[in-house]
Amino acid sequence: MNKRLLPGIVLLAVGAYFGFVVTLAAFSGINGLGLGIKSGLQATIAALCAILGALYFLTIDDVGDSTKPAAWLAGAGIVCFSIGSYIGLFVAPPEEYMGDVQRIMYVHVPSAWCALLAMTIAFACAVLFLFRNDWKWDARMEGSIEVGVVLAFLLCCQGAIWAKPTWGVWWDWDPRLTTTAVLLFAFLGILALRRFVDDPVKRGIWSAVATIIAYIDVPIVYFSVRWWNSLHQQQSSPGTVSKQFWLPLRANAFGILFLMTAFIMLRARISALRLKTELAPPPLAEAQLGEAV
Amino acid sequence: MINALRKELLLQWRSRAQFMAVFVFGASALLLFSFAVGPNAEILRQFSAGFMWLGLLLSSTLTLAESFHAEMENRALEGMLLLPVSPRVIYYGKALANWLQLVLLGCALVPVMVVLYDAGTTDLLRLLLVIALGTAGLSAPGTLYAAMTSQLKSKQTLLPLLLFPLIVPALLASVKATSLIVLGDPMEQLGPWIRLLAAFDAIYWSVCGLLFGRVVEE
Repeated sequence: MNKRLLPGIVLLAVGAYFGFVVTLAAFSGINGLGLGIKSGLQATIAALCAILGALYFLTIDDVGDSTKPAAWLAGAGIVCFSIGSYIGLFVAPPEEYMGDVQRIMYVHVPSAWCALLAMTIAFACAVLFLFRNDWKWDARMEGSIEVGVVLAFLLCCQGAIWAKPTWGVWWDWDPRLTTTAVLLFAFLGILALRRFVDDPVKRGIWSAVATIIAYIDVPIVYFSVRWWNSLHQQQSSPGTVSKQFWLPLRANAFGILFLMTAFIMLRARISALRLKTELAPPPLAEAQLGEAV
Repeated sequence: MINALRKELLLQWRSRAQFMAVFVFGASALLLFSFAVGPNAEILRQFSAGFMWLGLLLSSTLTLAESFHAEMENRALEGMLLLPVSPRVIYYGKALANWLQLVLLGCALVPVMVVLYDAGTTDLLRLLLVIALGTAGLSAPGTLYAAMTSQLKSKQTLLPLLLFPLIVPALLASVKATSLIVLGDPMEQLGPWIRLLAAFDAIYWSVCGLLFGRVVEE
């Protein structure tokens, strides 16, 4: 086992402990595992530790390293996601008003969190790339933009599937929905920009600049759409969600978070390897080779 | 800075045929929108602000893309960067010139909107303020993106692709504010929209100015 992975694993373990073990134990009547921390704070600690642990894996250098950490993370993600989806689909009771349609929330809400997280990682990578001029941040930025775009696209599809039976329409001009769509198109534009620039230096700087500008836009879009269309539904908080519903939600949140991190790691590794060949000095021409010999 | 602005304005004055072409493009877009809706005068009047801003947005991509066209010939941009001024000066000169041109274009499209959609107003000062703020929101990020995309092969596609999602809040606020001016504002909602536009402009005029130096550096 690689020692550098240890902090990430510890963080993830703490997150899982507060996210699952304590609350599951409380369900079955065993109290006192929470170390006297309030349940609201426990959820915050769980989420923070899980996100920080996943982020820690992202900062491990990619090129030359094995893909094993990413593979383990993806495996953990698949396990969590399967457990969460099983509970969400077969164990948890149907919601009173929406019935079985509500079960899509178990993937929808975690994808929303992770999509925004992936975009935030992309923004952080863009800033770091512009200040540090280190290529690994460019590779990570590309990875997280791509994973974020995929998640945002899935988010829009899931939202449409949910909206049709609930609201009667595929699409509604809800601020969150609209912001996601705008974000999706903005980041798709950046990916297109990356495809069209051949020079890796310009590509890195330009897409970092575009990422920063697009990310700053997110809150402005959100608030402007909220003013524009004041009919938006109440946001759910842990207090308004029943305990029977949050277990699959949390398991899926961990699952998608792990999967997202693993995908970003793998994608960033591909970008980094590609960059390595692009930035490598061109092979000597045959004539020069002859002189050198 | 003044000199940079003067140079850009001179450049635009010398190519005023281009401005006329863009204006005709915008006006014909406004004409086409009414065909898409049908000859219902009441509906057209309600949508007039949205149509005007869409027309202005479509025309602005032409103006913005054109603004860096001259710099790409004979590698003039590199020459300008060699001048002993910060690249920020070049950016603000260009963005200001683009802004002035878009304000002019917006003002020129207003009579077209009045005639075609019967959406007139006497509150011209406020309308001018909204046009000025809205086009400022288009020009700041638009100039930055034009600087990037003008160096690429497929600049016609990429500029709108990058710009359109970004300026959604500015477009939304401008359309809302313009239609409040044209259709009446019984709830006094104009203020917040103008403040939103001003905030958008302040953010992007400063951020894009900061980032421009990195975009053009060699």
